[in-house]
Amino acid sequence: MTASARLPAGGRIDREQPLSFVLDHRLLTGYAGDTLASALLAQGIRLVGRSFKYHRPRGLLAAGVEEPNGLLTLGEGGRRTPNVPATVVELHEGLFCQRQNGWPSVDFDLMAATSWLAPLLGAGFYYKTFMGPRRGSWMFYEPFIRRAAGLGRADHLPDPDRYETRHAFTDVLVIGAGPAGLAAARAASRAGCRVTLVEQDFLLGGSLLSAAIGSADDILRATLEADVAAMPNVEVLRRTTALGVYDGDTVALVERHDHARPDPSKGEAREVVITLRARAIVHATGAIERSLVFGDNDRPGVMLAGAVRTYLNRYAVAVGRQAVIATNNDSAWSTALDLAGAGVGVTLLDERIEAGNGLADAARRAGVDVRHEVRLCRALGRRAVQGVEFARRGGAIERRACDVVGISGGWSPTLHLTSHTGSKPTFDVGLDGFVPGPFAPGHYGAGAIMGTRSLARSLAEGHAVGDAAARHVGAAASAGSAPAPTEEAPTGHAASPPDRAPGRGKAFVDFQNDVTTRDIELAHEEGYHSVEHLKRFTTLGMGTDQGKTSNVDAARHMAALRGIDMAAAGTTTYRPPYTPVSVGALAGRSKGTHFRATRRTPMHDWHLMNGAVMIEAGPWLRPWYYRWAGRAVGSAYVEEMRLVRTGVGISDVSSLGKIDVRGPDAALFLDRVYVNAFAKLPVGKARYGVMLNDDATVLDDGTTARFDDNTFFMTTTTAQAAEVMSWLEFLLQTAWPELRVQVVSVTDRWAGMSVAGPKAREAIALALPGVDLSSEALPYMGVREFDLDGTPVRILRLSFSGELAYEIYVPADKGTSMWTHLLEQAAPLGMRPYGLEALASLRIEKGHVAGLELDHRNTLDDLGLGAMASKSKAFIGRELAGREALKKPGRWSLVGLELLEPTAKLRGGAILFSRHDALEGHGRGYITSVTWSTEHHKLIALALYEDGRMHEGEEILCAYPLKNEIVRARIVSPMFVDPSGERVRA
Amino acid sequence: MLRIPCPHCGERDYTEFRYAGDATKTRPAHGTTDARAWHDHVFLFVNPKGPHREHWQHVQGCRQWLVLERDTGTNAVGRSWLARAGEPS
Ligand SMILES: [Zn+2]
Repeated sequence: MTASARLPAGGRIDREQPLSFVLDHRLLTGYAGDTLASALLAQGIRLVGRSFKYHRPRGLLAAGVEEPNGLLTLGEGGRRTPNVPATVVELHEGLFCQRQNGWPSVDFDLMAATSWLAPLLGAGFYYKTFMGPRRGSWMFYEPFIRRAAGLGRADHLPDPDRYETRHAFTDVLVIGAGPAGLAAARAASRAGCRVTLVEQDFLLGGSLLSAAIGSADDILRATLEADVAAMPNVEVLRRTTALGVYDGDTVALVERHDHARPDPSKGEAREVVITLRARAIVHATGAIERSLVFGDNDRPGVMLAGAVRTYLNRYAVAVGRQAVIATNNDSAWSTALDLAGAGVGVTLLDERIEAGNGLADAARRAGVDVRHEVRLCRALGRRAVQGVEFARRGGAIERRACDVVGISGGWSPTLHLTSHTGSKPTFDVGLDGFVPGPFAPGHYGAGAIMGTRSLARSLAEGHAVGDAAARHVGAAASAGSAPAPTEEAPTGHAASPPDRAPGRGKAFVDFQNDVTTRDIELAHEEGYHSVEHLKRFTTLGMGTDQGKTSNVDAARHMAALRGIDMAAAGTTTYRPPYTPVSVGALAGRSKGTHFRATRRTPMHDWHLMNGAVMIEAGPWLRPWYYRWAGRAVGSAYVEEMRLVRTGVGISDVSSLGKIDVRGPDAALFLDRVYVNAFAKLPVGKARYGVMLNDDATVLDDGTTARFDDNTFFMTTTTAQAAEVMSWLEFLLQTAWPELRVQVVSVTDRWAGMSVAGPKAREAIALALPGVDLSSEALPYMGVREFDLDGTPVRILRLSFSGELAYEIYVPADKGTSMWTHLLEQAAPLGMRPYGLEALASLRIEKGHVAGLELDHRNTLDDLGLGAMASKSKAFIGRELAGREALKKPGRWSLVGLELLEPTAKLRGGAILFSRHDALEGHGRGYITSVTWSTEHHKLIALALYEDGRMHEGEEILCAYPLKNEIVRARIVSPMFVDPSGERVRA
Repeated sequence: MLRIPCPHCGERDYTEFRYAGDATKTRPAHGTTDARAWHDHVFLFVNPKGPHREHWQHVQGCRQWLVLERDTGTNAVGRSWLARAGEPS
């Protein structure tokens, strides 16, 4: 701990607003306007963490999102968030944070003292452990590695905060509010467009924020901000990061509200993910400074030169009293000049022979010790930098004592987002960096992202592309003239590629993942030559910072080893998100029961109030079983089955798909889509039908009733309702537009209930005394529509269970009243509700196929439904049903099974073998559905089996490897009850 | 997020639509007994890289089936029209 590094005046901080925060249980203070990083540096706290693999002491490298070292854990309990760069955290009252990856503490780390893991964790360790022949060794090492290596830890508590999702539209989206972005937003808004300006920082200005208060750049920043604020058609989103750019010029943004300490109990969101659809996009994302690679370049106090300047001017923090600035380009000279102006002793080491116009003279006038053609070899010190070694090429090593080293290896345009759009980066030799390739229409770039280093040119570019984006979206007004800087800062003299010195000590390329030049050489020696292989072998660029400061250096090192140029070396692929985003923000409110929409039937509330245990069936919530029948499903469904087989029960079938098919050609249409004939279906009758896909596999089954010549009421399975509806619409709209037919989904319009059992007729007669239910008036498969006190009622006499049964449909809002009326009136007969488990079991006993059997691979013949296919008319799938492979012997077809071992179990998914088979591979079929049979007092099943019914009577084996079970069963007819169908016709 | 122009509802997110592939093929007339014609229609696809026409249904909107021009190489979306109505001249 050293004395405060805060300067007595200056900076964009509010000294009237001190803020308290906690670091590792110590109470500290900063000011409004600070980041957590600047507040720590102001307190003299340099050591912010331990490195990933080697536990080396680490300090802050940067002042922005590119920070690789200063990762802290924020918050406690369910709000605990690991690995947050201190450089992006806006300081607020009560902030709670911890340094991570040190044991017992970051300041005194035993892991570093022993460093016993270091030899294990060289390049390729993870790659070889996972991919190589020693894969099993991961199992052995994993617990040790997890404890010693790695970053912060998350916890498993639920997150108490609220996250929101927002959808938005704009004409021109400007990403980045530096000088180019502000100029673009200003121009596009003056041209009359709706503009959205997005900035990840909490202040606007980008690079201008690092200029001294009162300087020309600072005045320019204020003017630009005021110009943009004056336009009512600009929405400015601060603290908002563009995570990715997607098709259709849709951009994912995340807006963070942590600074305002949102209260979830008041509905305030911590983060909001905005899906923004833009008509044009201006990329003004700037550039990120690169580090220099030399021995022990990770010592705390070695920082990017631009960051040193930002801390000095924006936060009034002089990071040291004696500075060495080392650079290969002009930008770091501004840092040297500003530091000297603040009374810091400065030595400037430039790798080049000369710098930009007048810089050297200005620096010498300011008292800077300027040295040319020298390079850093090594940083000295351990927990904080204490000096440097440097040398001329081939010259003797010199030493200089210092407490801060500002380094600049040039600037990498921030082209992550443009890369998302498919614009492939190209290498610019003059810039010594990658710039975006050609843009798609409607995309524009301005400023440092384009490799522009001059402020005046950035402003001009910003203005021009803002205007062009406005024209692209059809704006007519003039954008006016471009803003001009009052004074031109030193322009970018071409950078020279940094000269790498073979100094002693580890020379880090990727600080966060502890990747050194030696690791890259090792990768090269082992044959991992491309940047993509290098990345995977060394884990370079795979940290939470995604190598923002290191990727180009790594590629350069690899290119040098291979003797190729940078353009040939290329970059790895940039993928969203640009910076890490919390899963909570992405999920928004789509969690728990809100993960997807829940569909409820009209009688839902009645079920809940009357002892139903509900179950999810696709999007539907349906009664699974009722407590009157038992405490657990296993006993309850059998009791409910018994009720239907011996008395009468009622079940909610509202979730069945219901489609109204209407029009003069409706009968003709149904004739085409069903395999069986519908054209001659009489009014007042229903028919069971099966539909095929074009490839002759079974699509769905259901019953369709005819209420008059031109009106049909189709039901589908619950599972296939949406598919069937779209398919019918597809046929009518694309293939047969000449047919005069309309189809409308009426699933939500009708409540449906099935009354089933030998006493079903008596039950309905009690409830609807005026309706003639005799077999003459309403035979099996007969339908009737009538009016009951103004309510339309439809009765269809059809059966899913194999018992005498009626389906009754009333408008949805009358569902509960009809349901309770039926139950009350039929109470003397003992009618009670039954749930989905019993419903499904009854159909298994009856041998009706359902979703579990209809796997979109089986044909009519496979399901024993071949006789349904009409011989006298065409239907969808008819021609391809004759394909050779569908007619071959050996296909899996529907059978029934009965269990031969009374104490064992049949299980859905069990693999079936003949008694002579070796029990391996895919077997001869599998069990699709299992139930207890109340008729046969044993477990029965439906199954698909090779050449199915040909093996009736044969004993087979059912293997269930997950439970190590093999049980004997016999193949029987799938119709376990009433095969002749006497009951349904009773 | 692909944005699809619907002749009825305007430009909408593609998540409101159902995709059904190649719209350049003509379905054999109902009742065609030539199994080869059905085989070719159901199983053979050109799958070009570049400009293509596809069927999309606006399931969460007007439920109309559209023909949409889309470049499968760039994902650039072009015109659309109702499948029922045919390509506008
Ligand atoms: Zn529509």
